[in-house]
Amino acid sequence: MSKAVKFLAIVVLSVAVMSITAVPGIAADLALNGAGASFPYPLYMKWFSEYSNSNVGVKFNYQSIGSGGGIKQITAGTVDFGASDAPMTEEEMSKLPGPILHIPTAIGAVAIIYNLEGVPSGLRLTQDLLAEIFIGKITRWNDPKIFEINKELKLPNTDIVIAQRSDGSGTTDIFTNYLSTVSAEWRTKVGRGKSVKWPVGIGGKGNEGVAGLVKQTPGAVGYVELAYAKQNKMTVASLRNREGQFVAPTIEATSAAAAGITMPADFRASIVDSPGKESYPIAGLTWLLVYKEQTDAAKGKALVQFLKWAITDGQSMGAALDYAPLPKPVTDMVDKTLRQITSQGKALY
Amino acid sequence: MPKKVSKNPKDRAFEALSAFFAAMVLTLGLLLLLVLLYESLPALRKFGAGFIVSQAWNPVEKEFGALSFIYGTVITSFLAILLAVPLSVGAAIFINDFAPQWLKKPVSLLAELLAAIPSVIYGLWGIFVLVPMLRSAFMKPMAKYFGWWIPLFKGPVYGPSVLAASVLLSIMIVPFILSVSREVLATVPVRQKEAVLAIGGTRWEMIRIVVGQHCIPGIFGATVLGLGRALGETMAVTMVIGNRPDIFYSLFHQGYSMAAVIANEFAEAADLQLSSLILIGLLLFILTFLVNLAAKWILSNLVKNTSLRN
Repeated sequence: MSKAVKFLAIVVLSVAVMSITAVPGIAADLALNGAGASFPYPLYMKWFSEYSNSNVGVKFNYQSIGSGGGIKQITAGTVDFGASDAPMTEEEMSKLPGPILHIPTAIGAVAIIYNLEGVPSGLRLTQDLLAEIFIGKITRWNDPKIFEINKELKLPNTDIVIAQRSDGSGTTDIFTNYLSTVSAEWRTKVGRGKSVKWPVGIGGKGNEGVAGLVKQTPGAVGYVELAYAKQNKMTVASLRNREGQFVAPTIEATSAAAAGITMPADFRASIVDSPGKESYPIAGLTWLLVYKEQTDAAKGKALVQFLKWAITDGQSMGAALDYAPLPKPVTDMVDKTLRQITSQGKALY
Repeated sequence: MPKKVSKNPKDRAFEALSAFFAAMVLTLGLLLLLVLLYESLPALRKFGAGFIVSQAWNPVEKEFGALSFIYGTVITSFLAILLAVPLSVGAAIFINDFAPQWLKKPVSLLAELLAAIPSVIYGLWGIFVLVPMLRSAFMKPMAKYFGWWIPLFKGPVYGPSVLAASVLLSIMIVPFILSVSREVLATVPVRQKEAVLAIGGTRWEMIRIVVGQHCIPGIFGATVLGLGRALGETMAVTMVIGNRPDIFYSLFHQGYSMAAVIANEFAEAADLQLSSLILIGLLLFILTFLVNLAAKWILSNLVKNTSLRN
């Protein structure tokens, strides 16, 4: 009996403590709810905590349920902002209750990783080579076509093993978007999507799955997010860009890809195979999805303030987490766009 | 058992409550089936029964079919059973009849502890230990010496494969089959065993007769339990199977399973793809249901023919 009494006392006490600490928070906080892409999740978490520290009273809940989920949630209006690695399609946008803005927040890139005995670094690939390898036409590493642009390397006489993402992913979308852009054969045979019917290869779940396959399998080549490749110090290939330059995947080369194109007013741009000498060719924007007309003025105001902060102060935090910052001309454009967000006809900027 | 309607109101109330809980279990199962059916309607309408025999899986073209996933699930589960049953039944017989007393507890405890390991840990172990080991010690030499004339061992050898998934699954289901088999073996009356020995039987004959007479239905039941787990296992399989929707002959080829494709593609799927994934879930539900039904039927026949005759 005394045991039960003790237990009860502990429960009552802990509930009391929790309510004391929680009450002040409930009174003041404005909670912004978001959901969507998992690729920018680490960056957004950093942003949310930094921003909440300097702006007491604004809290964020973000669920990284995937880009598709983010679009679904913002369409249903269950969240205040969505997040996606792929721009919404016309069909998806037609289902929205009101006009939406794509606010670019950061740039991601896809790195080609490989595991080749005797080639610790320095592999170079062209658009055609990459497409032909992933379509299964070039099957051995000592193929003369690969040798032709890698004459200084000792390429082994082994099979090429392709590793790809088995789960639906924005990374796959960017990568297949690139292959569809540079190869007509890829475009007609496979196409672009978050998951596709791969002509050849083995599937791994997540960046870590693909990286694991490549590390474990001699002769393997695969693709992962640049941030993942950098943090795990993986061997990456340099790719030939549109201007004929071989570019290694770096933060700078990724930002250059976004600077290389003419940004459309709605920011729904593809930046693969981007012009510019420094541009890394497999890159993509990631967006926050925000309604142009906000129903809740207080929330809308807080959201706009946060977005303003994200494209200015927030940009410098990205590099430490291996996200490429948006080029200045783009953030200037975003700033203008943020001024269009209204609540009952009143601008919230 | 005689049915008695109790007059006691407390008894009546308790009876009603337990009946309610029993009904809840049934309702849950039924609701699950209904929701799966409802959510998979778009895919059912589009593809019809052809979904089961279609090998297509192309999210870009929106063509979906379940055959390669059903194939992968059935093959890996079957192979896993093939590997796990002799191992677990052998171990159970050893623990029950041959092991010295001090060894019985630790061995059976350790074997049962295998069941407590989360499947993602099995998957990681599969990626980092099992697959490299199988590749260099078994798959490479087999492909080299037998691959050119036995399609079962045909290369190329990558590592992640149907074989790797089956071996991993078999390790995962051993504790289930082992512990149930051990329980079943322990139910054999000592007198019967002694009787066989008394009329001059060897230990092998004792086990053969005892197992044949008494334990086949129980061991079969244990196998079905293992099979149920193997059919539904998701994480560990997807980590080592290679995730390639193909129909194949070689054990070294990459495959895909029903549970694995759902886990992989569900998060980012929409519309027809989502509906097709749910339809695969429904098929998996039906498949496990059928397997269990068949098992029940076989079991009842076995019981009629063996132990109850005594």
